[in-house]
Amino acid sequence: MKVSRRDLLAGAAGVVAAGAAGAAQSQDPPADPSKVRGRPSRALGQRAATEKPQRQPRGATSSGTPHQDLYGTITPSDLHFERHHGGVPEIDPKNYSLLVHGMVERPTIFTLADLKRFPAVSRVHFLECSGNFGGRGTATELTPQQIAGLTSTSEWTGVALATIFREVGVRPQAKWFLAEGGDAALLTRSIPVSKAFDDALVAYGQNGEAIRPEQGYPARLFLPGWEGNSNVKWLRRIELSDRPFMTREETSKYTEPMADGTARMFSFLMDARSLITYPSYPVTLTRGWVEINGIAWTGSGKITRVDVSTDGGATWTAAKLQEPVLSKAHTRFRHLWNWSGGEAVIMSRAVDETGYTQPTRETLIKSRGVSGVGYHINPVTGWRVRQDGTVIYNAEPWA
Amino acid sequence: MSARVLGAAIGAVGCVAIAMAQSPAGSQAAKEPATLGIGRPATQAEIAARDIDVGPDGVGLPPGKGTAAEGATIYAGRCAGCHGKTGKEGPNDVLVGRIPNDEFPFVRDPRAPKTIGSYWPYATTVFDYIRRAMPPDKPGSLTDAEVYNLTAFLLASNDLIPQDAVIDATSLPKVKMPAHDHFKPDTRTERPGRSGGSGRSSGSEKSGRSGGPVK
Repeated sequence: MKVSRRDLLAGAAGVVAAGAAGAAQSQDPPADPSKVRGRPSRALGQRAATEKPQRQPRGATSSGTPHQDLYGTITPSDLHFERHHGGVPEIDPKNYSLLVHGMVERPTIFTLADLKRFPAVSRVHFLECSGNFGGRGTATELTPQQIAGLTSTSEWTGVALATIFREVGVRPQAKWFLAEGGDAALLTRSIPVSKAFDDALVAYGQNGEAIRPEQGYPARLFLPGWEGNSNVKWLRRIELSDRPFMTREETSKYTEPMADGTARMFSFLMDARSLITYPSYPVTLTRGWVEINGIAWTGSGKITRVDVSTDGGATWTAAKLQEPVLSKAHTRFRHLWNWSGGEAVIMSRAVDETGYTQPTRETLIKSRGVSGVGYHINPVTGWRVRQDGTVIYNAEPWA
Repeated sequence: MSARVLGAAIGAVGCVAIAMAQSPAGSQAAKEPATLGIGRPATQAEIAARDIDVGPDGVGLPPGKGTAAEGATIYAGRCAGCHGKTGKEGPNDVLVGRIPNDEFPFVRDPRAPKTIGSYWPYATTVFDYIRRAMPPDKPGSLTDAEVYNLTAFLLASNDLIPQDAVIDATSLPKVKMPAHDHFKPDTRTERPGRSGGSGRSSGSEKSGRSGGPVK
């Protein structure tokens, strides 16, 4: 590209102006932007200064997606929820490698470049922490982010795990594999080999760029529709075996005491769920037409219906589903509602392609009791619209 | 036929089917080889350097042994700050304590502590987890002997082994855990006609289907 002296001068002036105007813009945008020359091009884009969506950290080990600030179905990568057990490691991609061994014909080490040489696939999928429910208490000043911020949707790119398993020659007696992360927890989970030959990926791409450090840079296991913890990040080792390994994360954690006296383990599947993201706390409504909308998702495939109630669950109407409805991905639902000013409780209820319907709180308590264990809790939830238009979480205390 | 050959055969068939579905009539389906020659063989030393997992059968346990007496000293120095003086005080995970009659009250009592003695189904997990992840301020810094000693201390503190028992690769997998028989694999994905959902004795979750009428 030929750069003229005039361009350079204009660019330099622009940089200076942007420096001055940038600071000014964030506080005080011009009354008429069409009468002020805008800033020049730059190497890295940024959000509009007035848009400040934030993840909400809960302690040092997780932070949730601000669903109330988002549209559509894709979660911006820097707002994808995070959950980790030994902090977010800094991994030099040059030193990264994945070891695959155990019941295989050819124990093999793959560099990151090796993984990228394989035929790749890209798929849009949600990822959800199985501990994703923050609405069991009496608090009503809770946002969608606080109720269910630990789910996000991205386009994931990587190599099918089946391709890697064919490359190393997985032996017929191998029924499970151990996936191990390279973080300070060396987090491990046992996964059925059948998932590898179904739809599992070793992913290195997220929404068109390298996976973010919080999501497993430079490569992670991705198991569509299965609980977040089993999607081992910073994947450094896979060991094939004829039995599960009974790691801490699949025994003392990520298991659910059940009403029949058992503890459910290897409960990978994330069942169908929905969440109204608008209107929600802390919005204040004005009378008239409101588009109730939110997200629904299921680990079993596609969402086929989302019912919306504006009378606290007495009657339900099927909402519109935003096309395309993708398998194991957030699906946006929309329902137009004329709010006439009275108090109302609005709720949503997801149905998936297997016929499974999102359960009520009562149903879940019946099968799981009031245990403090909060894994796989996916109840129908709602928002209470008060006469003054303020919206609060419709708290239904769990115990 | 090995899994590799079978897998490759399935892959090749799948590849042809996809190519046929997507190519214009008459074009040649691209043939994918069984393997692509990507990656390099892992040496035994490379595998040994990373392969630290311990299975419920004890496979993977290293040589060495430990006792509760030795473990008590290490626990006081490296663990008590987070787990409490006796393993019952916290502030982090409570590790020590049995439920009277080894009951399993967790579904009705949110406050029942899920300790090694009350909730952990396998003793081998104690060794595996300490060795890979503890202590959080210096993970991976404990020697195998220290991990054996700590494992013995925690099992003895939970009255799962005698105070003077020696824990090693033979004895550890044999330790009987009170919670073991309560753990059952999820059966949701095994129900006919669907790939997942609620099910079995807790099938009452199905009643999520019967909400109000749909207009």
